Amino acid sequence: MLIHVGEAWADDPVFNETLRRRQESFVKILVCMKQVPQKDAPLKLNEGGTWIREDVSYEVNEPDAYALEEALRQKEKHSGEVVVITSGPARASQVLREALAKGADRAIHLEDNAFVGLDAYNTARAFAAAIKDEKFDLIFTGLQSDDYGYAQTGVILAELLGWPHATIIMQIEKQDAGIRVKRELEAGFFQFVDMPLPAVLTIQSGINKLRYATLIGIKQAKNKPMRKVTMAEVQTAIGENLQKIEKLYIPQKTKKTEMIQGSPGEMAKKLVEKLRNEVRVL
Amino acid sequence: MILVIVEQREGKLNRVSWETLTAGQAIAAETGWPLEAAVVGGSVAAIAAEVAGKKVAKVSAVESAKLEPYTPDSFAAALKQFIESKQPKLVLMPHTYQVRDFVPKLATAMGRTVISDAIGYKKEGEKMVFTRQMFQGKFVADVSFAGDAPWFVTFQNGAFRGDKVEAGAAAAPVETVAVEIADGVVRNKPQEVFKEAKQAVDLTQAEVIVAVGRGIKEQKNIEIAKQLAEALGGELAASRPICDSGWLPMDRQIGSSGQTVAPKLYLALGISGAIQHIVGMKGARTIVAVNKDSEAPIFEIADYAVVGNLFEVVPPLIEEIKKAKAGA
Repeated sequence: MLIHVGEAWADDPVFNETLRRRQESFVKILVCMKQVPQKDAPLKLNEGGTWIREDVSYEVNEPDAYALEEALRQKEKHSGEVVVITSGPARASQVLREALAKGADRAIHLEDNAFVGLDAYNTARAFAAAIKDEKFDLIFTGLQSDDYGYAQTGVILAELLGWPHATIIMQIEKQDAGIRVKRELEAGFFQFVDMPLPAVLTIQSGINKLRYATLIGIKQAKNKPMRKVTMAEVQTAIGENLQKIEKLYIPQKTKKTEMIQGSPGEMAKKLVEKLRNEVRVL
Repeated sequence: MILVIVEQREGKLNRVSWETLTAGQAIAAETGWPLEAAVVGGSVAAIAAEVAGKKVAKVSAVESAKLEPYTPDSFAAALKQFIESKQPKLVLMPHTYQVRDFVPKLATAMGRTVISDAIGYKKEGEKMVFTRQMFQGKFVADVSFAGDAPWFVTFQNGAFRGDKVEAGAAAAPVETVAVEIADGVVRNKPQEVFKEAKQAVDLTQAEVIVAVGRGIKEQKNIEIAKQLAEALGGELAASRPICDSGWLPMDRQIGSSGQTVAPKLYLALGISGAIQHIVGMKGARTIVAVNKDSEAPIFEIADYAVVGNLFEVVPPLIEEIKKAKAGA
C-alpha cells in the first residue's frame, strides 16, 4: 500500500507514529557497544591494583561488532533506524564513530570516566535512563564483554524496561507478529524461540560476517548526530554498585609450566623428546 | 542459609550441578551455614530425589506446569517467589547458558546482583569474597557484595570437582513447592531443542588434538596445523573465531559453545586462551601451547610453553615428529 505523506503532516507525531506502525517492516534498533582493551594489548595493573593502567590501545568488544552488523542487516532488510550507545570516557566515542561509518544512523555517548567503574546493574540503569524518551523495537548487545565478562547487562536492561529477552542469538527473523530467534545452547544444540516486540537480544559472535567501513561511510559519519549524556543527567537513575572489585591481580599459576627454549629447531627437538618420554604420545 | 539451584534440562540433571553442590558444601563447612538445594521445572521429583542423596539439609522441587519448557520469564518468576520465601544468604548456580539467560533478570527483579562466572571463593572474616577472571583471564579479581543478601553467584564450569560432592548419611527430605505463575508472565515461545547437521567428528574421543586459534592468521595457514595433527595421528580442532570465520567447520570447535575434550595431548597453536576456550580443554592431561605472546593466558594452564612464532616452530616440529616415528 502506498501512503502519501502531505507536507503538513510530516511533522505530526501522531501521524508519524501511525505511519510507523503501518509500515510493518520498520525496525528501530539500539545497539549497546563497549570499548575494551585490544585483544593482544599487554595489560598492566595500576599502582593500587584496582584496575588496569589505561594507557593501552582499545577496540570494540568483538560480540558488539556482530550485534551492530546484525542491526545494520535487519535495517537493510526491513528499513528502519540503527542507533548505537556506549558509556565511558572520551576515547569510547571511537567505537561510535566506527559504527556510524559502517552505517548506524546516530549515536548516544554516556561520557564520563566514572561509567567504566559501574557494575552491570548500574550500567543498564544508566542506559535505560538515557533512552527513556526513545521508542525502540529491538535492543542488541554483544553476549558478553572481553573486559569484565559479566554477560549480564543486556538481560538486566530487558528486566528494567519490562521487555522479554533472549540470549546468545545466532539468527533473527522478523515475523508477522514479533520475531523468531535462534538461540545457541551448549554442546552444539540450538533452539528457535518466538517472541514479541519490543525485545532485548544478546548476540553471539559469528552470527554474520562483519563489514568494513567504506570511505564514503567514514565521510558521512562526520555529519551524523552524536548525543552526549553526562553522568549528572543519569545520576538519579543509578545507585551504589552492588558488587565491588576489591582488587585485581595476576592469576596464580596452578600448573608448573616448563618453558621450551632455543631456536625453532632446538625447540622442536626438545618438544618431541617430551612428547615421547613424558607425554608418551609418540 | 546457602541455596544451590541445580540445573535440569529435559528432565535430566546437568552434571555440572554437582560442581556447584561441591562448592556449596565447602562454603557450608567453612561458614556453618546450612545448605539446601532446589531444582526447578515442570515435574522434577526424580531429580530432587537424586540430589537428596548428597549431603544437603533439604531439597526443594520447585514446580509449575509453566516451567516446562524452560523460559527466562517462568524461571525468574518461580525462583523469585521461592527465594523470597526461603531468604537464603547465598544462592549458587552453575554458569551455564541457561543460568546466564535468566539469573541477571531474577537478581534484578529482586534488586540484587550476581557475581557471575566465579572460579573460587575466600572467607575474609565475616566477608565472602569471590574470585572471577577478567580481561579474558589475564587477571583475576576479588569481588565482594556491597548490598544486602541474597547474594547470587554463578560458578564457572570446572571451578570445583563434581566427583568430590559428598554423599549424605541418609537421604535428605524432599519438599515439593508449587509456584504460581500468572498467565501472561511467559512471553517467549520456545520450540524444540535441536542439533545442527550431524556432527562428523567426535573430538571427545581423540587422544591427541592440535587446535588452532587467531594466531594462525589466514585460512591457508590451517594447512600446517593439519600436517602437524596428521604427523601426531591426532584430530584438528579450533577456537571459536576460526570456526566463525568458516576456516574450519563448527563441529571442530572446542569451548563452551563447542565440544569439551580431555585428550592425552592438547597442542594449542596461536590460541590466546580466552575463558570460553579454556573451559572446553583444561581437562587435557598435557597441554602444549605455542604462542608468540608470552603473557597469553593459555600459558597459565600449559604444561609446556613455547613462546615463539608458530610458523617458525611448527615446520621443524613436524619434521622431528616424523623422524621420531620413523625411528620408533
